[in-house]
Amino acid sequence: MDKSTPKFMKIIFYFTTIGYACIALFPFFWAFYTSLRPTKEAYKLNFDFSNLSFNTYIDLIIKNDISKWYFNSFFIAISVTILGVILSTMAGYALARINFKGRNIVFMTILGIMMIPGQITMIPQYMLLNNFNFVNTYVGLIIPFLFNAFNIFMMRQFFLSFPVSLEEAAEIDGLSRKKIFFQIALPLAKPAVTTIIIMSFMGSWNNFLMPNLLITSREMYTLPVGMASLNSQYFSFPNQTMAGAMLLSIPMVILFLICQRYFIEGVTTSGIK
Amino acid sequence: MDKKTQENIDGWIMVAPVVILMLIFVIGPALYSFILSFQDYNMLKPDKSEWILFGNYQELLSDPNFYQALFNTLKYSLIVVPVQTAIALLLATVANQKIKGKTFFRVAYYIPAVTSAVASAAMFMFLFNTNGIANKFLGIFGFQAVSWFNDPTYALPLAMIMAIWSTVGTQMLVFLAGLQDIPREVYEASAIDGASSARSFWSITVPLLSEKTMFVVIVGMIGTLQMFDQAFIISGGTGGPLGSTTTVVLYLYNKAFGENRLGYGSAVAVGLFIVIFTLTLLQQSFFKEDDDNYKPKRLGGKISERIAKRRKVNG
Repeated sequence: MDKSTPKFMKIIFYFTTIGYACIALFPFFWAFYTSLRPTKEAYKLNFDFSNLSFNTYIDLIIKNDISKWYFNSFFIAISVTILGVILSTMAGYALARINFKGRNIVFMTILGIMMIPGQITMIPQYMLLNNFNFVNTYVGLIIPFLFNAFNIFMMRQFFLSFPVSLEEAAEIDGLSRKKIFFQIALPLAKPAVTTIIIMSFMGSWNNFLMPNLLITSREMYTLPVGMASLNSQYFSFPNQTMAGAMLLSIPMVILFLICQRYFIEGVTTSGIK
Repeated sequence: MDKKTQENIDGWIMVAPVVILMLIFVIGPALYSFILSFQDYNMLKPDKSEWILFGNYQELLSDPNFYQALFNTLKYSLIVVPVQTAIALLLATVANQKIKGKTFFRVAYYIPAVTSAVASAAMFMFLFNTNGIANKFLGIFGFQAVSWFNDPTYALPLAMIMAIWSTVGTQMLVFLAGLQDIPREVYEASAIDGASSARSFWSITVPLLSEKTMFVVIVGMIGTLQMFDQAFIISGGTGGPLGSTTTVVLYLYNKAFGENRLGYGSAVAVGLFIVIFTLTLLQQSFFKEDDDNYKPKRLGGKISERIAKRRKVNG
């Protein structure tokens, strides 16, 4: 848009962008406002800032052991992210750079897996975890989620795209593969690694279906599973459910605001939120 | 040890962990699902399981509840995908103009997408409560207050609104990346030729974005066919009221884990798999030549660098 753009076009543009920004943000604003109000005023449409307080949050956190749910969510998401990203990066590197026997079969299988919807593996995965008594344990909530075909694919493409000359020079200097990977390739792959870190963390933090199935006791709840249970429990107390929604979404929103560049990168390459 | 052997060892050490995980948690279970779908397998009495061949599939195809779930899912998909794609394209086009606060808009539009479906479902159930603000707002335009998630007519539309709200940002970003790949000169040339903005939108933007559009549409369809979280929260897991929010995945979930019928649930999963696999193949064939979607040339600072460069060029 430059000086030649007619004024009414500019107005339309700003109207659209601001209008949709309101649609996108209003639910958060209203939910946050409601969470600070007393229960009996939750459905009133006025603005009354006189009796706002964080009591609902304090109440909710004390009554429901939400700190434990936070711990579970963070612990699981961080473990899945760290372990998963290390494994995906290593595999991506090997598939791009090392000419080992069976490489093509491994790569084609991973490509094929990207076409498989999670639901087909859900039932047998549950049976497997059930058989080994991993239901309702951290192990059961972490290990099955470490394999991520898209992350491996993305890292492979990344390593393919950057110049091999540095590694060749290192090889001539007599560095082992391990050293080449950790000292040269990995540091250079920082942007791609950051992107998959963020996508993995978000996927794990928001994951609901499998954890809902695998968690059977309150003290193992992750935030989404716990909040889903609170939704029905506190249905007639909108200030409580909205406080719950805020507690669940705020960490992710903060992470997004800090690392938005990498989020956007991940989204534009995968198209998956 | 010669170089070849060394390469084989190094390579396998690095891929072994993911290959093992893949076999245990993806390939094994996927194959087992097929086997299970031919069995009458009850989780509570696994020793009484028996082979019933196509029994599960026959039952599936004669269950009106399954057709309702399928119909709901298709309806959901067929409405959500075009609407969210259109809104996303519109917003991307506008956000690609030289307007103030571009970053703010991008961030604002994407925030719903980072929000957990559980949180957004809770927020929407409050906003769209009978006494909620959405009804009051619609009342200004003369709409009757309805009880959205308790009324079979409105529960699924509420899920659609929610899905559109939370996905538009993602798709807008994909379109925006596509728009930034269209050279400005094309628009300048068409402006010199006297084309209006609307004309150049339809004759340049839309055709040049067709690949991104296909991508967004197919990814959107795959996502909507797998819809679960919102339906589960809105209905408290039941798929109600009157089955109006039962999706295929929720149907699968309730059959397999509510009624403990794992064999039957697997048959549903296989059916869903066939549909989604076909769609994904379609997507792959559309994007085979376009590795661009994955080309990591954009990784890291590249987007902002390019934006900065473009800004410089355009003054």
